[in-house]
Formats: sequence, C-alpha cells, structure tokens
Amino acid sequence: MTAMGISALIVMLAIAAPYVTDGQPYSGNALERLKPIGTHGHLLGTDELGRDMWTRLVYGARLSLISGAAPVLIALAIGGSLGVIAGYAGGRVNALIMRTMDIFYAFPAVLLAIAACAVLGPGLLSTIAALSIVFTPSIVRITETATTRIRGMDYIEAARCSGATDFRIILHQVLPNVQAPVLVYASSLAGLSIILAAGLSFLGLGMSPPNPEWGQMLNSLRQSIYVQPWVAALPGLMIFVTSVCFNVISDGLRVAMDVQDG
Amino acid sequence: MADAPLHADPAAASRDRGGPLQPLLIVRGLTKHFPIRSGLMGRRTGVVQAVDDLSFDVMKGEVLGVVGESGCGKSTMARLLMQILKADRHELIFDGDPLGHTGITTAELRRQMQMVFQDSHASLNPRMTIADCIGFARRMRGEPRNMVAAKVDDLLERVGLTPAQYRHRYPHELSGGQRQRVNIARALALEPRLLILDEAVSALDKSIEAQILNLLNSLKAELKLTYVFISHDLNVVEYISDRMMVMYLGRIVEIGPVDQVYGDPKHPYTRALLASKPSHDPRKRTLVPPITGDPPNPINPPSGCRFRTRCEFAEGVCGQMAPTLKPLDNGDHSVACLMQQPGSGHSRAPI
Repeated sequence: MTAMGISALIVMLAIAAPYVTDGQPYSGNALERLKPIGTHGHLLGTDELGRDMWTRLVYGARLSLISGAAPVLIALAIGGSLGVIAGYAGGRVNALIMRTMDIFYAFPAVLLAIAACAVLGPGLLSTIAALSIVFTPSIVRITETATTRIRGMDYIEAARCSGATDFRIILHQVLPNVQAPVLVYASSLAGLSIILAAGLSFLGLGMSPPNPEWGQMLNSLRQSIYVQPWVAALPGLMIFVTSVCFNVISDGLRVAMDVQDG
Repeated sequence: MADAPLHADPAAASRDRGGPLQPLLIVRGLTKHFPIRSGLMGRRTGVVQAVDDLSFDVMKGEVLGVVGESGCGKSTMARLLMQILKADRHELIFDGDPLGHTGITTAELRRQMQMVFQDSHASLNPRMTIADCIGFARRMRGEPRNMVAAKVDDLLERVGLTPAQYRHRYPHELSGGQRQRVNIARALALEPRLLILDEAVSALDKSIEAQILNLLNSLKAELKLTYVFISHDLNVVEYISDRMMVMYLGRIVEIGPVDQVYGDPKHPYTRALLASKPSHDPRKRTLVPPITGDPPNPINPPSGCRFRTRCEFAEGVCGQMAPTLKPLDNGDHSVACLMQQPGSGHSRAPI
C-alpha cells in the first residue's frame, strides 16, 4: 500500500508538474548555484547551474516514468504476441522465433542497451527503443513457456473441436491463462527499466543535457558531490525509491493474480 | 424451456439423411504414425504406429464401446476422428457425406460430432465461468449473447445442474462429477449427433460414475444421440454399449455386438481381457493371470499378428501374415485372428 501511495504520488506530481513547481526546469540563476537543501525559495536546493532541484526532479519524473513504462509496454505488445504465436504454433514457427530471441539473449542486457543506443543516437525515443529490444526476448520466453504449457490442455482441444479459429482460441482461451505470469513479470521490469534508462543517460547515451532526466542529472551533479552531497544524491534517491516501489507493486500483483487451480 | 426438446423432431429428422440403416459414421483405413525424431537435425529414427488402418462403422443410435489396454491407440483414435490430430490416411463418411471437398467440411463435421474428455479438470478453462465454457462454441459461431445464455441454461438443466446456481461458477468450485456434467453440456452445445466419450467416466468415483452413465443413457434417448464410448473398464462398456470394438496396439482385433463378444469372445486377446475382469463372486477368484507381460513397443510392433508375442496359440504363420478383420458366420461379429480364418495355415484354423 505504501508503495502504491508513493508511486501514485510520483505519477501525480509528474502530471501536475507545471502547477506544483515554478514550471521552469531549464532556467537557472548563476548566482544561486549549488544551494543546500532547505534554502529559501529552493526547498531542495539548486544544481550546478543554479536550477531549482525540486522543479527538475518533478519534471524528471515525467521522463523517467515514460522511459520506465513505455519500453515495458512495447516489449509486452511485441514479445507477448511473438511468445503466444511461438507457443501456440509450436514446431518450426516456435524454433524460428525462439532461436532468434536466443541471439538477443546471448548479450548482457546493459551491453545490448548500450549498443542499441549507440546505434540509434541519444534521445528519449532511442532509449525507449533500446530498452524495448532488451526486454522483448525475456517476455517472449515467459509467454512462450506459459502458452506451451496450456496448448496441450484438453480445454484447448475442446475449443478446437468447437470449430473456433486459432485467433479466437488464442484470444479467449489462451490469453486469459497466460496473462497473469506475463503481466507480473512485465511489472517487475518497469523498475528495472527506470534504472536502465537512468543508467543509459548517466553514461551519456540516453537523454542529453539539459533535459531533466534523473540519470542525466545524477551524471552532471557528480562533480559537485563534495560541495553538496545531499543535493547530488537526490536524483539517485528518486531512482531508487521509484524502482523499489514498482518492484513492491509487482510483488503484490504476483500475490493478487495467483491462479486458483483448485 | 427445459422441457422443450433440444432439437425439434422435424429438424432431427431432416438432419438424418440416409435413414436408419445408413451408418452414422463410416471409418476406413484410419492411420496415424508418429515419427520419432532425434538428434540435432531431427532425423527420423522410428515410427510409433499409434493407430494402424482402422476400419469400422458406427450405426445410428447405437453405443459403440471401444476397449483396450492403455497405449493401444484409443485416445489417438478419438482425436483423429475429431480432426484435432491430422490422420496420415483416412476416409470418413458421416451419414453418407464424405469428409473433404466433395462432402462435408471439418467445421460441419465438428458440429455433428463432439467429444467429452477424460480429465474433467484439464478440459475446462480455469479462467472461464461454466456458462462461458458451455456457450463458447455458439458464441464463436456468432450467436447473440442472450440466445446463447438461454441455450446454456437449457443445457445445464439437462445435465442436472441448476442453472441459477452454477452458471457463474468457475470450474475449480465444482466437484469432479459436476465438472464432467459441464463437459457433457459443453459437448452438446452445438447439438451434435455423435458424441465421442474418451474415458469420460474413468476418473470418477464409482457412485458418481453410475450417475453419469445414467445421465448419458437418458440424454441419448432424449436427444437421439449416438455414442462412441472409449473405456478401459469392461463392466462399464458392457453396461452401456450395444456393440464393442477391442483394440490392441493400434489395430482392431475384434468387433461385434456386446453380448456376442462377451459371451463368445473369438480373439485370444479379447478372451484374456475378459478373463482379467474380476468376478463379483469372491469364491471365483482368478488365480492364474490370463495374460502376462506388457504390450510390445509400438515403435517396432511384431510382424504379422501384433498379439502373437503374448498369445498362447501363436505359431510360425502368425509372424508371417497379418490377420485382417473378417466377419464370422453371422456377419455382425468380426475378428482378426488366423485361427478363425479358414485356410490361413494356422493349425487351429477351421477347414
């Protein structure tokens, strides 16, 4: 519940960013650089260019949430479809899809993301694309496993006996039974996605300055860590809290969606 | 609603095309060999002859019992008939219409022929309510929701479940017997004329089994159904069937009216199978095992007669010649054994 509350708060702040801040994440006052937390007018201090940290963190939530959710949703759509097709069709189709995914599996996730980002160039869209590529193979595999398990069940055969088309069998009989493990897994990826997106930005491959992205902020405040350690740690704290919250929610989802097998 | 016949008589009559003497289903040469592939390149290293050249008829309104040891191809046969598995070779004629482009389509065949599975638990989707399970086939054929709902209630009533009470339940909330009733209702949803019951009562308690058998009997009379009843339980088959078919290792060894097959079994395998049935009289214990050993591996079945490795009358000729199913004198009762075929070369063959 706490995790849900914090996540909801972050999401609401991100949506209401112009109303809860001064609305100017890009403009700073060179005279008010690196103010500590609690400074009058800058509740969370200012960064190395004198920009208000509160404003930048709230605006950063927008980018971080998008880069956390979008790759998971895209990977869920692509990977889920491929996995269900591979699992349901079996045979050669299955081999083709799964062996292709194995190629992606052979690379460590971060390396793959860095490679994809390096090819696509910096920016929000390429971050999302890179992370989608990273997440798709594992979602394909989870979906394929769940579908293969269900494919041989008598109720699928009964559905085939009823004369329903494969598409409708997948839609009505297969999907309701594979969605639980896949959705739980995907939700656990959201936290990871935020961390990876921040990591890419931190390495200079994701969002570029002056965009207020948490990973990128962490990178630019890195040099100031001896001057204002608490201010410099704030973006990292946000990344940490958000991804922990998402993981806790994912765990809750796992319990809530537990299939009743009777 | 519940008392209205499922299909009005004129409609049923119009669906009956060939008259009562025309077999409802004619099966010829039904064959399914599963290749065994192994190694990296998936080389074909062997073949499981799961079902080998089955030919039989199912008459209108009868119950054809199918018995045999596990692994003899009973369930494979059921799936082949339902077209869930693709047969290597077969010819199906449903009430005079051959399956294929000159006759009826697979979709139409499945409308006329439905199947009830053994595992009442695995055959119901755990994420669907009872009503959705039963109504699925009709919904998929584009029937409006309210019509399907009425139909589902009618079917629930017919299988002895109160619609209001069970409609919205999930399969895991039901007992095994109730689930099997739901399965039967689901199979009846498209108003089929032929039901294939694949070990439909085998997983149930004896008392529940009797209830379901009675239900099947009354449904058969009410709806003018025909059953292919697959079971390994000889008592159940004797009780419910009109004719029975004995399978061994993917082939038919004997087929005929139940009283004839039970009363005067001609094939040594049928005899052994019937002798293995425990007597109800404790003083008549079977002390000598009527048949020993396991069925041979269907990957490399014995040449000639497949039963010869366990048959006490096996002779050299049994390994050279595969016996075909030949009718005995009275015509209804057929057996595939060289001992029953004049001039086969077996020393016990009639002259």
